[in-house]
Amino acid sequence: MSRRPDKQGFSQAQSGWPFAAPALLLIGVFFLLPVIGALLLSFTDFDLYALADISNLRLVGLRNYQTLLITPMFWKALGNTTVFVILGVPLSLIASLGTALLVNSRLTRFKGFFRTALFAPVVTTLVAVALIWRYMLHTRYGLINYLLTHLGLPAIDWLGDPHWSMPAIVLLAVWKNFGYNMIILLAALQNIPEDLYEAARLEGAGAWHCLRRVTLPLLVPTLTLVSILTVSGYFQLFAEPYVMTQGGPLQSTVSVLYFMFEQGFKWWNLGFASAVAFVLFALILVLTMLQMRLARRLGEV
Amino acid sequence: MKQRALIWLVNGSLTLLALLTLFPLLWMVSVALMPTGASASYPPPLLPARATLSHFHDLFAQQHMGRYFLNSLIVATSATLLALLLNAMAGYAFAKLRFGGRDTIYAVLLAGLLIPAQVTMIPLFGLLKVMGLVNSYAGAVLPSAASIFGIFLVRQYALAIPEDLLDEARIDGASEWRIFRSVVLPLLVPILVTLGIFVFLATWNDFMWPLIVLTGRDMQTLPVALAGLAREHVQDNEMMMAGAVVTVLPVLALFLVLQRFYLRGILLGSIKG
Amino acid sequence: MWRIGITPWTGGLVRSATLAAAVLLGACGPSAPKVEVIHFWAMGVEAEVLARLLPEFERTHPLVKVEIQQLAWTAAHEKLLTAVAGDATPDLCQLGNSWIPELVALKALEPLADQLAHSRAIQTDDYFPGVWQTNTVDGVLYAVPWYVDTRLLFYRRDLLKAAGFDTPAQTWSGWLAQLKAIKKMVGPQRYAVLVPLNEFEPLQILALEQSEPMLRDDGRYGNFRSDSFRRALAFYRELFAQSLAPTMTNTQIANVWNEMGKGFFSFYISGPWNIGEFKRRLPPELQNSWMTAPMPGPDGPGVSNAGGSSLVIFRRSKHQQSAWELLEFLSTPAIQQRFYELTGDLPPRRSSWQSGAIATDPYTQAFRVQLERLRTFPQVPEWEQIMQEMRIMAERVVHGQQDVDTAVTAFDAQVDAMLAKRRWMLARQQSKLAASR
Repeated sequence: MSRRPDKQGFSQAQSGWPFAAPALLLIGVFFLLPVIGALLLSFTDFDLYALADISNLRLVGLRNYQTLLITPMFWKALGNTTVFVILGVPLSLIASLGTALLVNSRLTRFKGFFRTALFAPVVTTLVAVALIWRYMLHTRYGLINYLLTHLGLPAIDWLGDPHWSMPAIVLLAVWKNFGYNMIILLAALQNIPEDLYEAARLEGAGAWHCLRRVTLPLLVPTLTLVSILTVSGYFQLFAEPYVMTQGGPLQSTVSVLYFMFEQGFKWWNLGFASAVAFVLFALILVLTMLQMRLARRLGEV
Repeated sequence: MKQRALIWLVNGSLTLLALLTLFPLLWMVSVALMPTGASASYPPPLLPARATLSHFHDLFAQQHMGRYFLNSLIVATSATLLALLLNAMAGYAFAKLRFGGRDTIYAVLLAGLLIPAQVTMIPLFGLLKVMGLVNSYAGAVLPSAASIFGIFLVRQYALAIPEDLLDEARIDGASEWRIFRSVVLPLLVPILVTLGIFVFLATWNDFMWPLIVLTGRDMQTLPVALAGLAREHVQDNEMMMAGAVVTVLPVLALFLVLQRFYLRGILLGSIKG
Repeated sequence: MWRIGITPWTGGLVRSATLAAAVLLGACGPSAPKVEVIHFWAMGVEAEVLARLLPEFERTHPLVKVEIQQLAWTAAHEKLLTAVAGDATPDLCQLGNSWIPELVALKALEPLADQLAHSRAIQTDDYFPGVWQTNTVDGVLYAVPWYVDTRLLFYRRDLLKAAGFDTPAQTWSGWLAQLKAIKKMVGPQRYAVLVPLNEFEPLQILALEQSEPMLRDDGRYGNFRSDSFRRALAFYRELFAQSLAPTMTNTQIANVWNEMGKGFFSFYISGPWNIGEFKRRLPPELQNSWMTAPMPGPDGPGVSNAGGSSLVIFRRSKHQQSAWELLEFLSTPAIQQRFYELTGDLPPRRSSWQSGAIATDPYTQAFRVQLERLRTFPQVPEWEQIMQEMRIMAERVVHGQQDVDTAVTAFDAQVDAMLAKRRWMLARQQSKLAASR
């Protein structure tokens, strides 16, 4: 091996592999391989019988996908998940943007403390906090209904009424995650040069104007990123319904992943479940690209 | 005057929001200290009338919480160490070393970031079964250590290492491994701390994968065990909260101590070109 | 103070010396008898109670140690299937008998007919006949019943009396009249019967009481669009449509026993575990006010479902003989009677009913009668899933989202789709059989 300091890489030519190989091997075996495996599985009818004896496996082409499209429970799960995303994403974005603006304000003291406090739920274990929320949402002994009745509003059967169960899960999810986006938006806010605000203020712009004309337009790329992350994250809803409601009441909290989990690990329709997983992935991919295109359009305005 | 009112408004709202955000966590601790049945009363009690550690005692003595804690610790620590080692090497390689197909492979990896993990879970289970790793620590650790995000994070950081530094060492006759150990690693420490926290937190909090792969009760990690307990003991709120505290406290403590690194890592990760 | 490792040589010497010592010591002592460990998985309250029964077994089997792992019922199904898939199964396991066909399809269970033939502790004809059927799949016996479970009426005697009746009716029409009378008496805020919407068993029982089975053609197709099932579903719906039953799940009821005590409902279709619960949780002044009675059928005394749990031995177990001995131990009448006293679970053997606490308990007598009138559900692996889907369908019908006709037709088509693989498998088996002739 030549010892010449050849920046074009002759002395470094083959030396990268031993460093990259272990990680790549792990990723290849435990991630990429299963992805391909999932795709192949989705074209078979792998189920309990095939688990017992592999000769019971049949290749069924696109039949799983076709069945999926006519399975009412899948559409219900998709509907539930969409409701969750439609309710949760705007709420989450407003919460994270609002808190980011507040924390970033020149008038704020103890920024570090507020930032930490608002971020804390993000690092907590979901299963654990779902339990405290389940208790807080209890119809009779829960704190939230206690507050509602004190304000003169009727108590809500959060986890028993199919109309309110998803909103309950939205509350939990937003509370848990808004801090993450807040941090990202905070960083972006801190990157906006002060002189832009100076210039606007010189032109007589008030706080609201500054927000609309300076802050928001410059935030569009970050807001896009944040919304993409949130949307794709929220479509992967699983742990909250699993712990809090077991998909009920009346299947109102069955999400796409919950449906996949039950099909795959409760009923062992593994081929079918893999098809569900891929459909979800395709959906998230399409939505991500749509959001990026929308952001580009908004940025041009 | 208006300025003063605004200051109060802004800080006041933030204080309120912070309280609302922290409230469930604080109450979790409070309920965990309440005697059995105290929480199922109306109006809901905010503070324990008589604080008791009996639920924690119960959890460790009867519900094998110590075992689950140990499992979580083993799995999270192993995954973190493995991920750190592998991703440090790979991130550095992608940033500074040449090898065939490097850039293409990296592009493929980035694309892989878009694929949600759940897509892989079913065949991954099948693969682990063939490898005989179901219901083992390795089964829980290995998939968590295979992190594309980790490589990305280290690479971003490693790009800033000056070439001359490396070349000088090469001229001096040092092997690539020696250079990595003595020159690069010390420089990567900040991002490795960040990555370590990320992986530890993610693995400790992970629920779905351990639920699937750790089938035996004595292998379960805290989140899985907690979910199991919750489905069994629907009535025992206080004990559930104690379990939740045991699960959440370690990661919360870790976060508080190392938050600078963790938050920086999120930012680095979000500037994804 | 030695500094071990002063030279690379000393360290190695100390290490090998220690190793040699360990080997010598290990080889010289008396070899400890090999203790066999049996892994026994059980669910819920049965698991908790086993700890009290086992010492006697371990006394008579000193070389065997039993390790119990408790599974929650709500997660047990997934855990069992994952364990089979991951080759992490126990030796002996409690298994709800509706899950037996699935595990048989997975080839996970050891056939027990041979063991049974040589057994002196277990006499087949001592068992209630309806229960053996659930343990046999395609003519092969894979499990031994541990306790039987069936459901029948728990009711408030005093409220029934106040409505003008001495005992619950034996026919559906009679029972419906009684329910209506009670409803009239208690008013709009209370109900006559509790049929929780998150349980499929009540509807399953109503369907089993009919003349036509729920699947036809050896479990190849659904038979839910038959008149029989329509009748069962229609009756089920009537209970809600006439406000005789609240449209609730049992999580919404919170405390079933308190509510029955308060007269929120007067009838409850439930199983033997509730005998103990009612005795424990109802106040003393109400202890004389409740009783059990067999299920009414469409035209006369009705059948009920043959539920319960069995004991199975997994094929991959390396301790099958000891596991079998534990199974026998748990099947002796004396132990079954003690088990009953600890859990309230009903023994599957007639001789276990003849003495002890169970013979004198007035509440169990209705069960004794019902156990002679049991019917099994179809023994197909898909049954559990079919029942869950049936429950979802029934919930929709009860909430008025679908009428009975549309619901049964759609559901039947759904069941046909679920059974498609089974049809293919059976066809394959038959053509293989035909080819080998």
